[in-house]
Amino acid sequence: MQQHELRVLRPEEYFIDVEPYYEPVADEVTVFEAAYANGLPILLKGPTGCGKTRFMEYMAWRLKRPLITVSCHDDLTSSDLVGRFLVKGGETVWVDGPLARAVRAGGICYLDEVVEARKDTTVVIHPLADDRRVLPIEKLGELLEAPTEFCLAMSYNPGYQSVLKDLKQSTRQRFVALEFSYPAAALEQTIVERESGIDPALARQLVKFAHMTRNLKGQGLDEGASTRLLVHAAKLIHSGVAPVVACRSAIAQALTDDADMLSAVNELSASLF
Amino acid sequence: MDVYLDPALSSRRTAAGPARELAAFPAREQAFVLHWGAVIARDNAELAYQFTAFAPRGLRLMDLAGMESWLLYAMDLYDKKGQTPAIRAFQDVEGFAANMQERLAGIVLEDVAGVLERFVCGLNGRTLGIAVGQRCYTDTETIFLPPVVGRLPDKEANFRLYKAMAVHQWAQGWYGTWRGGALLDAFERNAPPPAALDLFHALETARLDACIERDFPGLHRDMCALREALDAEAQHADWRALVARLRAPGAGVLDTLELWASLLGRPAPPCCYRGELLPEAVRARMDIRAALDRDRFRIALARLVEDQDGRPPGEETPEAETLPETASRIAVRAKEDPDSPDGLSYDLFLDGKPVAPPEDALSTMESIIQDLGEIPPEYLVAAGPGLYKRALGVEGKDAESAWAGTYHEEGAFAYDEWDHSRQHHRKGWCILREHEVKPAGLTFYHATLRKYGGLIKSLRRTFEVLRGEDRILKRQPYGEDVDIDALVEAYADARVGLEMGERLFTRRQQDERNIAVMLMVDMSGSTKGWINEAEREALILLSEALDTLGDRFAIYGFSGWTRKRCEAFPIKRFAEPYDDLAKGRICGIEPRDYTRMGAPIRHLSRLLRAEDARIKLLITLSDGKPDDYDPQYRGEYGIEDTRQALFEARLDGIHPFCITIDEQGPEYLPHMYGAANYTLVADVARLPAKVSDIYRRLTS
Repeated sequence: MQQHELRVLRPEEYFIDVEPYYEPVADEVTVFEAAYANGLPILLKGPTGCGKTRFMEYMAWRLKRPLITVSCHDDLTSSDLVGRFLVKGGETVWVDGPLARAVRAGGICYLDEVVEARKDTTVVIHPLADDRRVLPIEKLGELLEAPTEFCLAMSYNPGYQSVLKDLKQSTRQRFVALEFSYPAAALEQTIVERESGIDPALARQLVKFAHMTRNLKGQGLDEGASTRLLVHAAKLIHSGVAPVVACRSAIAQALTDDADMLSAVNELSASLF
Repeated sequence: MDVYLDPALSSRRTAAGPARELAAFPAREQAFVLHWGAVIARDNAELAYQFTAFAPRGLRLMDLAGMESWLLYAMDLYDKKGQTPAIRAFQDVEGFAANMQERLAGIVLEDVAGVLERFVCGLNGRTLGIAVGQRCYTDTETIFLPPVVGRLPDKEANFRLYKAMAVHQWAQGWYGTWRGGALLDAFERNAPPPAALDLFHALETARLDACIERDFPGLHRDMCALREALDAEAQHADWRALVARLRAPGAGVLDTLELWASLLGRPAPPCCYRGELLPEAVRARMDIRAALDRDRFRIALARLVEDQDGRPPGEETPEAETLPETASRIAVRAKEDPDSPDGLSYDLFLDGKPVAPPEDALSTMESIIQDLGEIPPEYLVAAGPGLYKRALGVEGKDAESAWAGTYHEEGAFAYDEWDHSRQHHRKGWCILREHEVKPAGLTFYHATLRKYGGLIKSLRRTFEVLRGEDRILKRQPYGEDVDIDALVEAYADARVGLEMGERLFTRRQQDERNIAVMLMVDMSGSTKGWINEAEREALILLSEALDTLGDRFAIYGFSGWTRKRCEAFPIKRFAEPYDDLAKGRICGIEPRDYTRMGAPIRHLSRLLRAEDARIKLLITLSDGKPDDYDPQYRGEYGIEDTRQALFEARLDGIHPFCITIDEQGPEYLPHMYGAANYTLVADVARLPAKVSDIYRRLTS
């Protein structure tokens, strides 16, 4: 393996130099670019592992803007996004949060799995997400105006979240929404091949296996195998792991803990290879 | 021995014979027979006699473990089918001993049905049920498999055989054995004798196996290995040559029919997973489904037309079943799709534009294509309001109509019951149904509010304190804001030369009360009168408190009358709000029958398990120990079954708790619920006031 020198980057310097591998599924690239040109925020909907984050990286590369990703969790507060005072040598010092940094640098701020964040957190992005395009920094008493290059995007998986974690109408109606789903079989096969380097026949069987698990959605599985899981399994196979074993460890175990379901999924993979 | 056999003995039949024979065995064997004889006698004295009479023979043939599985097998038969098959099983002790090996390695369908069902569902196509059948066949909606498979020496191999059987039957649907009805028509014109039908099946199996080989190499390997092991003469070279053209890609059932006609008279080679073809069963099922699917599809089309037009179609003809004027607007076009068995899939067009049908319509479409091979043109017409109404009538079946006969087990839940004397579950032993509680007027509710007005106020206050709210934690090492007090102190420390503290921030923390509580209320006949009244009052007070608190809660009543009639009465489900309807239902709680507790506990813990909460509580309000009309449940059996049900609930992360008014409670409740998990409220009048208090203690 090639030796990499570890790079330490400030978030706003995180430009993506090499084109990330991305296969457009429909017209998402055009829509994103049009929304970006008009300063409209973007909402990516879709199940886990279908390429939302990869799409963001690809767009950041296309638009030549730094990509600042915030993975939202249920303890994420508004100061985690906007910024806070820290104490340094007896003085308080203001430190920008990732959202404020993205605004200042004119980057793309990507809030991953935004419904996981606390309700009050999603509200701070409202002024940024409509035509005002400003970020109020309450604690400083400032309003930060976003440059035209700045872009706000967030992702959201409508599938598995509970009713409690639904996205508020006032939030979702500010965004241009792009829907993602698993790519069509042929395209998915190409993706698996390209990402892992396995041969087409195996990739085809893997995609078929993914469809089988997707048939089980709602019959005991919350989600079928995502494209990401397929790529994981394909990589294992490429490194010499037997296909059935790779499917078991990279896909079946990742999908469920239920013993009956596990053995059913394992039987399915065994029937293909 | 005489004691437990007493009811089965007569002047002609004494216990002397078996006793004499048994005396020849060592003490350990004797004790075994006497112990189990007594256990069986609790169910049925005749069976105990049969067991005792045949035990000596059994002992000569098997060890004690074998004996145990023999008698459990027979008792299971008794549970499921009655006395005669059980007696036969006892009498056939030689047969059982001979098949011992098979039974030890064998697999019971019940244990693997879940895996097989999911497996088949994953393969593709429609969801097929798995059921036990005397014969191994499919009616295209259910796969019938033998109850036990033990032809191979180990469990794993036997499971593979089950899998192969299920796959073969699934393949009949997916690879089109029955598609379009061509085969059924041919059989109906000219009913083939069994041997000819068998030959046809063998040929069709060759075709299906080739399809499976192309699409599922792993499965094919398994199936070949099975045939190798079980079907000695299966793969004759000349047979392979005969069926070669059926193995080509693109061969269909018509090719099989053609070849069959030229080969009639030949014997069919054996195949371990083939099972049988039952054309009549398939025809009956397909006819029902075709009508249903057609209606469903037309209704889905009507919805699409409604979406397009912005108004429901056919308003001017309220009785019409179809709307012929829509036919010209709807079309389907086939397109190539390598993943479907015919290589084709279909797109739906409305007014010339492609439309995406909703998920359920899509599966109906797939089901039609699987059965007919296409969407017939006469299907392409939107349903009129008349069909809508009729369909609503058909699908509006409820538990009440299934209730018509007690033994009609549709719409009911089957639960296992623990038999402590056998140390075994009786599978699917209890049948439980949910029944509506008729809401009563709110007079009782308002009277209770008046009666306990002061108490309710103080309850609300105490519960409000518990409600999850943001707390500000001070002196945190990391947080949203600077803690000025801490900073000033730290600064002062630094000035006098001490080390400066690091905990300088405040952090907001949300304490969420993530609790789901299920209240299980005894509605047995013994609660009649003031106990029932106290229960209802207690429920009203507690509900008021829980409503303030914001904890999710559900209330279910339970009662029972023998194992076939366990009942749960939803008073407030988790998803329902605490509104006038729920209040009315609380007021409408009435005493019913007996207290068979195991099945309701299993049912409610299943519901509770589906809730996503950090803490799950199952609180039982009860007035006595488990009891039923059926004398077997009384006493130890009932207590042990309840204990086992609670134990199972605990494994699922549910905390059971019991509030009882039975003064004898301390004698059995610690055994059932655990020493710290019950409270006795001896004074019924104080129950309403105490229950909320107990709840508060439990959850804070």
